[in-house]
Amino acid sequence: MAKPIIQIKELYKDYQNVAGIFPVLKNVSLTINHGDYVAIMGPSGSGKSTFMNILGCLDRPTKGSYILDSHDVSTLNNNELAKLRNKTIGFVFQGFNLLARSSLVDNVALPLVYAKDQKELRVKISKNILERMGLGQYFDSKPNQISGGQQQRTAIARALVNQPKIILADEPTGNLDSKTTHEIMKIFDELNQIGNTIILITHENDIADHAKRQIHFLDGKILEDHMTEKNKVTV
Amino acid sequence: MFLSMLSEAWHAMGANRLRTFLTMLGMVIGVGAVVLMMAIGAGAQQSIKRSIDSMGTNLFVILSSSSSNSGSRSGSGNSSALSIDDASAIGDLDDIEMIAPISTGNAQIIYAGNNWNTSIIGTTSSYFSIRRWNTESGEIFTEADIRSVSRVAIVGKTVAENLFGENDPIGQIISVKKTPFTVIGLLESKGQSFDGRDQDDVVIVPITTAQRKLFGNQIPGSVRMIMAQAKSEKYMGIAEDTITDLIRQRHNIRENMENDFSVRNLTAIAKSASETTKTMAFLLGAIASISLLVGGIGIMNIMLVSVTERTREIGIRMAIGAREKDILLQFLLEACVISIVGCTIGVALGLGGAFLVKKTFGAEIVISMQSIILAFSVAASVGIFFGYYPASKAAKLQPIDALRYQ
Repeated sequence: MAKPIIQIKELYKDYQNVAGIFPVLKNVSLTINHGDYVAIMGPSGSGKSTFMNILGCLDRPTKGSYILDSHDVSTLNNNELAKLRNKTIGFVFQGFNLLARSSLVDNVALPLVYAKDQKELRVKISKNILERMGLGQYFDSKPNQISGGQQQRTAIARALVNQPKIILADEPTGNLDSKTTHEIMKIFDELNQIGNTIILITHENDIADHAKRQIHFLDGKILEDHMTEKNKVTV
Repeated sequence: MFLSMLSEAWHAMGANRLRTFLTMLGMVIGVGAVVLMMAIGAGAQQSIKRSIDSMGTNLFVILSSSSSNSGSRSGSGNSSALSIDDASAIGDLDDIEMIAPISTGNAQIIYAGNNWNTSIIGTTSSYFSIRRWNTESGEIFTEADIRSVSRVAIVGKTVAENLFGENDPIGQIISVKKTPFTVIGLLESKGQSFDGRDQDDVVIVPITTAQRKLFGNQIPGSVRMIMAQAKSEKYMGIAEDTITDLIRQRHNIRENMENDFSVRNLTAIAKSASETTKTMAFLLGAIASISLLVGGIGIMNIMLVSVTERTREIGIRMAIGAREKDILLQFLLEACVISIVGCTIGVALGLGGAFLVKKTFGAEIVISMQSIILAFSVAASVGIFFGYYPASKAAKLQPIDALRYQ
């Protein structure tokens, strides 16, 4: 029996602007288990990005409960949320979001800095992961000296460095060509095979087909939630 | 943790060198100005203090005032109203410790092929005690020399240098107004007086010799001025009145008549000079502090720009686990590094400037560790104070807003 890592019940998110209150998420309930490989899909404006921000503890829901790894997120203060993001979640963004002035090693080690690890240990772990990502000869390079695919692999290395329980990837291949996309998706597949929980946000079907489970959003609600062919093969 | 943040702050500064340099420049100029101005102010105070100390303490000068006997009024000290007897009467007052009658004039002094124009002071041996003036070599004249109208002279440093050069002045014979004098003493240097005269440009001779051989007074026993020293500072007020009363009585001045002399409290004059210098030093410091403040505002301005520019970076950092405190510390540290590095350069520049001022203008400069520490700690606080607002602005950003910022 799989254990749930994410439990969401009757979650709402409203945005307020000059025109009034604008509901983005309407009564979303969802459970994601350890080891899941989930693709969250939907067109622009469907609320999938907002949902991903709430999943990542970057934003708070207006109403409803969100239990992440047995923490009730609504009761946590900003510092506790920061700690939760640091320890539990690894982010991979569409635009890579690396620090342009820092070397790859420093970029990858950054979550460890905020986790207050010793410097020697940080460097050792970071180099190790960069090597696993095939970036062994770029330790001291700056992000703008390597290709987009290499940058995204660096970002994945950064997401993995703290051994998070969930990897949250927001359109991770949106800025990449098809060959590089294939390489990156292969990394996610392998990470899932060794037991990492992965949540992908995407609007492309062929990306979503890598996942074992697809959740479709439309107008702030879950339209469809189903297992894929791949899941049946693995099970 | 702290060290790695420090090195990050250093890198962030390096990312935009020109901007960092310009921001720092505000701090450099501010601190440099404070250090320089404090050095100049303290130097001025020190030189005033030294001249006041060299003058002697608790001093009065009694001058014969302008006489208007024949209708044309001459300046102070030109009538012959004061006498040596007045001087000894003042010396007998309870409030007075010591007196010295003084006759002064100028004369050309000749020694071998050299000559030099200087001021001649005719006085008694107590003059040296009142002014706390010792000889560097040789001796001062005695009561016996005064009684016997000896032709002995004690020379100041400036006179000795100009007449004798490297030679030992003791025992040399100099000629003053064709009268030969034996040099028996060389005075130690006193430097400038607080009104800027060279106190070492002087020859001191017994008062009797001065009157009979050099100045040729018409009225025997008259003196130009009398220097009197009160027993201590608290007698200064009373002594001025008792001296005035005494001389009025001795000169038979009726109640509605003006004094034919004046009593000057030299210590009070010196004090006011010292107050003026203190005010000047304070003003210099205050003006310099304003530039420090302007430097601080410069830091705040740049830090605000930097926070806006790096909003996305702040968002990334927050997403991967930076707490508010971490972001606050990061930006605060950057402001501090800028102000402390600027401060160090500023101190160096201020010290350099101070030495330059000393070299070019010959002004006295006093550099105290205290003023450097003060400038340094003020600058560091300015950095923290003006860095805090931008840093807290950065720390208060919501992660999602910061990440979305374009």
